[in-house]
Formats: sequence, C-alpha cells, structure tokens
Amino acid sequence: MDWKRFGFIFLIIVILFGAVVLVGHTKSSPIIIITSMMATTIAVATPLTLGALSGVFCERSGVVNIGIEGMMLSAAFFGWLAAIYMFHIFGFGIGISITVGALFAVLAGALMGLLLAVLSITYKVDQIIGGTVINILAIGLTGFLNRQMFFGKGSIFGGQIPNSPGVLPTIHIPIEEIFIPLCKSANCIEIVDSINKVFDQKPIAISAILLVFIAHYVLFYTRWGLRTRAVGEHPKAADTVGINVIKMRYANVIIGGALAGLAGAYFTIESVPSFEPLLTNGRGFISLAAMIFGNWTPIGAWTAALVFGASQALNIKMQLFRDVIPPQWAFLQQSYVVGLIPYILTMIILTGIIGRTTPPAADGVPYEK
Amino acid sequence: MQSETKPGSPIKSLLRSALDAMLIPFLAILTAVILGGIIIAVVRGNPFLAYYGLLDGSFGSAKALSETAVWATPFIFAGLAVALAFKGGLFNIGAEGQLAIGATVAALVGYALPDWLGVDIPAIIHLPLTIIVGMAAGALWAAIVGFLKAYTGGHEVINTIMMNYIALNTISFLLNGVMKDNAPNNVSARTPLIAESARIPTIFEGLRIHWGFIFALLVAFLVWWMLNKTTLGFEIRTVGANPDAAKYAGINVKRTIILTMALSGMLAGLAGTIEVAGLNYRHELGFSIGYGFDAIAIALLGKSHPLGVVLAAILFAAMRNGGTRMQFLTQMPVDLISMLQALILLFVAADAIVRYLYRIRAQGERVVLTRGWGG
Repeated sequence: MDWKRFGFIFLIIVILFGAVVLVGHTKSSPIIIITSMMATTIAVATPLTLGALSGVFCERSGVVNIGIEGMMLSAAFFGWLAAIYMFHIFGFGIGISITVGALFAVLAGALMGLLLAVLSITYKVDQIIGGTVINILAIGLTGFLNRQMFFGKGSIFGGQIPNSPGVLPTIHIPIEEIFIPLCKSANCIEIVDSINKVFDQKPIAISAILLVFIAHYVLFYTRWGLRTRAVGEHPKAADTVGINVIKMRYANVIIGGALAGLAGAYFTIESVPSFEPLLTNGRGFISLAAMIFGNWTPIGAWTAALVFGASQALNIKMQLFRDVIPPQWAFLQQSYVVGLIPYILTMIILTGIIGRTTPPAADGVPYEK
Repeated sequence: MQSETKPGSPIKSLLRSALDAMLIPFLAILTAVILGGIIIAVVRGNPFLAYYGLLDGSFGSAKALSETAVWATPFIFAGLAVALAFKGGLFNIGAEGQLAIGATVAALVGYALPDWLGVDIPAIIHLPLTIIVGMAAGALWAAIVGFLKAYTGGHEVINTIMMNYIALNTISFLLNGVMKDNAPNNVSARTPLIAESARIPTIFEGLRIHWGFIFALLVAFLVWWMLNKTTLGFEIRTVGANPDAAKYAGINVKRTIILTMALSGMLAGLAGTIEVAGLNYRHELGFSIGYGFDAIAIALLGKSHPLGVVLAAILFAAMRNGGTRMQFLTQMPVDLISMLQALILLFVAADAIVRYLYRIRAQGERVVLTRGWGG
C-alpha cells in the first residue's frame, strides 16, 4: 500500500469525524463523540471487511466474485432461519441457537461459494454473469422461503414470523476496571468509559479484524498463499510445477463464500435479530470496491472498509444531532443525502485518481488446460 | 456473424440457425420449469395447478393478454438496454437506476411543465417532449458511467450499481420533498398525476394495454436495424468483440463506449418514461425495484438479440402477470416466480449444464459477454 492511498483514507476519515464533532460539539465533548463514532465505525465496517476478504480470496485465485451481495443475503437469511428453528422448534437455549445460526450462515455462504465455483471453474460460465446469477438466485430464494416458511400453507409457524432468539452479546474488554480507579474527576470516568466502548465489540466484529491479519499471513507467508497467488497470476505456470489449479480455485472460492457468509451473519445474528428481503442493500458491492481500493490485499481492503464504515457512522450520528443542525442545513440530516457518501466515494475510488490498482493477472479467466 | 458452410437455400439455413439459437434457452426454461415443479411439490403444492394458474392468468382471456402486454412493455425496453450494452462489451447492471431517473424526470415534465408555462400544452407537443426528456435523462445518467469507463477505467459493473443507489436516494429525497404529491391525505412518496396531454392513449376501450407496447416492438426493430445495418452498430459490435482490433481499425473506442452506455441508458430511461406516460401517470417510489435484474435475465435469455429479448420479455411478463392467478389457485407465494426466473437464468448462463443434461454438443465459438476488472 502506498502512502497516497493511506493519506487519502486518513483525510476522508478526519473529514467525516470532523463533520460530526462540528455538528455535535454543543451537546457533548469531542472525545466522547469521536470514540463513540469509532465504535460505530468498527461495527458497521464488519460486513464490508468480511465481504472484501471474501473477494480477496476468490480473486487472488483468479475468480471474480461479484456475487458477494447474494452470498451475504442468503447467509443472513439461512443463519437467522436456523437460529429460529433451533430455538422455537427444537427448543434449544438462546446461546446455542444463536451460535448454530452463525454456523449455518457461514455454511450457507460456503455453499453459495461452491455454486459460484461450479459455475465459473467447472462450467466456465462468464464469471461476472455467474456472480449475477448468484445475486438474483439469492433474492428469489430468500424472498420465496421467507414468505413460504412463515405465511405459506401448512407453515409450522402459523402465519407469523416468530421472535428470533436474539443477537450475539458484546464482549467486554476490561479497560474501565483498570483505569477508572485512577480517575480523579467525573469527566475522566466518562472518557475512560467511552474509550472502553471502542474496544467492546461483538464477536463477529472482533473476528473480522482477526481474520484480516490471518488472511494477510496466509496469503503472503504460507505455502497455501503462494499457491493461491500463483494460480491467480499465472495458472499455466502453476500447473506446470504441479499445483492443482482447479482444486486451489475451488478451495479459495469456498473459503471466500464462507467469509461472505460470516458477513451475512453480521446482519441477522449480530446486528439486529430480524430479516427483511434485500437487507444487504448493496454492501456486497461496496465490499468489492473496498477490495479493489485495497489493491487486492487484506489490510488494504480493511482500511478501505473502515472509510465506508465511517461514512455510514456519519449517517447514524447525524440523526442523533437532529435538533442542533441549523435549519438551512436541515436537508443534510435526511439519510438519503448523507447516505450518498459511500456510493460516491466508491465511484471516486474506482476512477483510480488515488492511485491505480492492479488486479491479479488471471482474474476472471477460466483455466483451460 | 457465423459463417454458413452448408449448401442449401438461404431461408432454410436461416430457419435452422434460428432454431439452433432457440434450442438452449428453450431447454433452460424446460429444466427450470421441471425443477420449479419439484420445489412446488416439496412445499406441498400442486405443480400442475400452479402452472395452469400461471398460463390461465397470463394468456387465458383478453384481459389477461392485455395485462401481459402491459407487463412486457418495460421489460422489452429494459431488456434491450442490457442487450445493447452486452453487444458493446459492457455489462449494464444499472438499468434500474436509469429507469427510475427516466420515470422521475418524465413525471416532472408531465405534471409540472403546464404549470410553469401557465398554459395547457397540446398533446402533440407535450407527449413527445415528455418521452424525449425522460429518454435523455436515462441516457445522461448512464453516460456518466460510460465516461468513467472510457477515461478512467472505472469498472461499469460497480459504477452502475453505485449509480442505482445514488438514483434511489436522490429520488427518495425528491419524492419525499419538492416533488411530493401534495394532495390531501397522501402519505406515499409519489409525484402528482401527469397532465392528460402527456399520457399515452390505450389501444382498446376498457383494457390497460397502451400504444407503448407497439412502440416497444418498434424500438426493438430499430435496435436490431441500428446494430446490424448501420456504421454505429458495426462500431459498437466491433468494440464489444475486440476493443484492440477496433482501435487498430480506426474506431474511436472511447467515444463508442460512452455512446453505447448512453444508448443503453436511453432505452432503460424509456422503460421508465413509458410506464409513467402510459400506465401509472405518475412516478411512485419503489416501483422500479427489481427491474434491473429482470432486465439482465431477459437480455441473457434472449441472447442479446432484439427478437430474443422481445420473446423473453413476454415470457417474464407472462410469469409476473400469471403469478397472481397462481397464488389465488394454489396459495403459493408470488415470490416463487422470482425463483423460477433465477433458475431459468442459471440454466441459460450455464448452458454447459443444459448441454450435458440433454446431450447436445457445443457448437460455434463462445460469446464473450464481459471482461475482468482491467479496463
């Protein structure tokens, strides 16, 4: 990653945070605003980070994955459905139900990955069309099952959507416990508390960050990673030295699917305990942009995902300061206006003004022996 | 494009190649219908009754036929939009946004222009003006993406999707704000009704089918003519087949890319415009959702050929229209239709699966529809 790119990311984040501090400074202190926005940023960047990692694994091995959106959507649905089944039909406890739900989401994502692999590797379907098929299939499948399972004839849920067992708990990192005793003023306690909130994240958010570094290690420091990259850059050469191109691509696309599945779990298992059709709302595609901006590297993709997270956090925070926004700027508080930022950012990033990116050489090309 | 080596009468060979072209889509539909029937049976429905309902609801009466044509009209335009872009080597996922922008701008011209001018505009001016402005809006919206593709290499797949969300947000902003219908007790985000002079008349008294359907067929013919009989069409196809070769042949590739996107967006904009002028007489938020993906499926099913697009659009329209009757007869949710369409698309895209299932040998070269990220 070059400095130009990091500089741009830093600048955007400063602008986004600065905007919220500017609007909200009459209501609470800048440190509290910044830390609470950081906490939101990390949380909402989670699906984008995981989606971008999914893209990195698929495309480093030479398969364009435009179906991340559909993988996320179907994982979100099946994870949520599994949690409901475990809880209401099989009568398991809340903890087990949610965990099984998360596992099913990952499984659903991996299965969608397998479908993409079969289409694009075995049947050599145009990969962008293969991904589009996955997106359309996910919309149709989740829409149909969502209606059929709960409202269909002979539904065991009898015409209503039961309550989901809930969401994953926040993992508390004991910073307060150490530092609050050292505090002398109430202000200090408040600040320590708000800093602690940045670190208190939910399991999928934490695992997303861990996975960024694991993916970086795997891709660049292991034999598996070297082989993956070889298959994505020059499959013929890789084949000549005895690497099984087809097998490597299958494995990486399925891993990518599983990562997109975990991203899907974020929506219905970690963020809110409910599902609605089309809930992913384009975040799979924004992940792709993050992947491209990160130049097909895990850490780069993560920082790009954080920019998108910050712009979404801006949207959320703006609504909190609704009453202090001056009336002539009132139109900004509408989520449609601030909500445009991630999409426009994506387009700016893709122009390559902030540094050109290079995809893996064999990205999108089916391998023919 | 494909060379005919076999001797025989030209009509016979033309018929044969047409039949060959339709074989795979037909088998893909058949496979999807069989698989869909199994799914219906699994969720304890009656597949035969469901398919009977689908057919009866879409072709069973004059009203059903009229409604199918009404559904097919935007599908034809939007399908042509995606097909035209495919011919030029571009994948336009943004038909949805271009359609919505076209519809919004057409609605604005339709309801607000007489007020601004303070006079009633005769239909002979107002209607064409509404259509042209709506078309132009769609074209402009898509041309931005074409420009980015040509000059910066920003990939059109992601950019068109981003433009979809930008369109959706902008239109939400407008329809909840300045363009909102301020009739008493209106709570939905929609524009006022357009003036009588901006409306497309219906063909038959009492049925909703309007002249927009005939216009769609005409435009399909024009697209075929433009692609196959004009220099511009040749340039678009050459750039789509091989941009490097096109460059060496002296074609301005950048200009052609922008033009292809603009034409594609124009067709998508027409889809929205004709819906506003011929059917809804206003634009309402959310009506455009789903058209983009439907349009892709239609273009792929129709193999990007205008005639194929028309047939595929009518098939999809029939499924959407008949879905209501199917739901009434079997209590299967209408969403089943979306899944059937996804299955059709799956088998059309992965024609190797269909070939394997029915033991058909592959023939001719593979058509490259899209290319990877490198712009």
